[in-house]
Amino acid sequence: MKHRLAVDPIACTGHGICAEMLPELIGLDEWGYPVLADREVPAQLGSLARRAVRLCPTLALRVEAANADRRVPTGGTAAQPAPSRGTDRSGQRR
Amino acid sequence: MAPHGGVAAPHSPAASGRHRADLLGRSSRLTAGWQDATGPASLREHMDRYGPVPQLGTGRRGVLIDAVTQAGLTGRGGAGFPTGIKMRSVASRRGPAVVVANGMESEPASEKDKALLARAPHLVLDGAVAAAVATGANAVHVCLPRSRDWLVGIVADAVAERERAGLDPVRIDVHDLPHHYVSSEETSIVQWLNGGEARPTAVPPRPFEKGVGGRPTLLDNVETLAHVALIARFGPAWFRQAGQADAPGSMLTTISGAVSAPGVYEIEVGTTVGDVLALTGLHADAGPLLVGGYFGTWHDREEVAALPMAATGLRAVGSSPGAGVLIALPAGACGLAETARVLAWLAGQGAGQCGPCVFGLPAIADDFSQLAGGRPKGPVLDRLERRLGTVLGRGACRHPDGAVRLASSALTAFAADVKSHVSRRVCLSARHGQQRGPLLPIPRPADAEVWQ
Repeated sequence: MKHRLAVDPIACTGHGICAEMLPELIGLDEWGYPVLADREVPAQLGSLARRAVRLCPTLALRVEAANADRRVPTGGTAAQPAPSRGTDRSGQRR
Repeated sequence: MAPHGGVAAPHSPAASGRHRADLLGRSSRLTAGWQDATGPASLREHMDRYGPVPQLGTGRRGVLIDAVTQAGLTGRGGAGFPTGIKMRSVASRRGPAVVVANGMESEPASEKDKALLARAPHLVLDGAVAAAVATGANAVHVCLPRSRDWLVGIVADAVAERERAGLDPVRIDVHDLPHHYVSSEETSIVQWLNGGEARPTAVPPRPFEKGVGGRPTLLDNVETLAHVALIARFGPAWFRQAGQADAPGSMLTTISGAVSAPGVYEIEVGTTVGDVLALTGLHADAGPLLVGGYFGTWHDREEVAALPMAATGLRAVGSSPGAGVLIALPAGACGLAETARVLAWLAGQGAGQCGPCVFGLPAIADDFSQLAGGRPKGPVLDRLERRLGTVLGRGACRHPDGAVRLASSALTAFAADVKSHVSRRVCLSARHGQQRGPLLPIPRPADAEVWQ
């Protein structure tokens, strides 16, 4: 089964242990919070990924099935379509 | 399509459903009779206008869900999710469900939910009760901002009127929640109703799976429920007489800024942005438009004038009608300064839970303020663009995404201003016209620490 990393951003307090364990897939932003690579966990990193999950002091990091369906009903003003990362409205890279 | 609704005459109580539906027309459905109204429609006035909701017994539970699905109604709170699918998701789960009517309207530039509840509270309540019967719910919660106690009073009076008439098979409770920007988010409302704080929670589970009291919960914007009330009466074919095949029905919009007649208008979904603005008397010298509110996007008028005011039509330029907000920037106003003020406010309106939002939004707002003020520290534009990319998509709710979206669109729509501001020259817009006072409304900070 294919897996991806996910973080609960509310639980995460930015200890940064995950980025030390798994720099291949996890970087830190300028405030020390993890930025996860937008790709599957390669098989050879599986055990390191599970270790990073176990070591997270706030239990914020998890490994989940890569095909988990994220398209579910949403509502409220806080749920508009997101802009595409790093592109402007004409779709060109800025 | 006059401000605050159409000119539908009061109907005789004997009018048939068909006759009533014809009188409503295509853009004075929710707003019928508003022009003559001095207060909320009483239950009697409401029934005279729209007629009774047909009894949809539990044995025919699926009838309304089918009708709403066929009507193609989408959520009017901003997300635009198909309402029929959402209703079916809730109805298909085990055990009694809960219906929540979301009247929080935390978008400062939107007034439509407030206007609707203040004039036609029974239409919203009809829709909530019909949705409850259809989804097998035995409780309806109406959630309103605590800062609008007058509105809470109107809705509570309407509920009392219905109780005296013995109208509804389910109990309706009216609640007043703390009015933070993120408190209108569905998970915030569910958490508050469950005794917690009105802050977003991590998902899953989504409210439709496990919401109020752990039960499947249908949470819809109040305008969406008002449309449900009309679909229950007049059917999906009638609903589709207005709007477009892929964006049917009517919608409420709030239009402000450089227009002669700002206010709440009901329009057919898909009316072009240009036509909507023409209704309101757009000033000839108006500047770019903010489409969709404070989580929306800035655009040149020419870019969007011919596009339909619908999610399907605006997607082409990366925009969305959101909760139906259009703001025209007046000549002489600086779009960067306006955006900077809104970003500073949004930065303080987060729930304070997720690091990228807690630290990222104030940093972005500060960068933007340096840009707008023409006093950049270091390579502000590079720093800002990097931070916008970093913060996007990393909150539990979409609050940071909304702020990023607004900021990114401002950098594009006001590209010429950005250039002149960065090179520390004076603001082009301010130089062209007279200096303007602030345009975009910033709500007064109220009980900032109260989330319960």
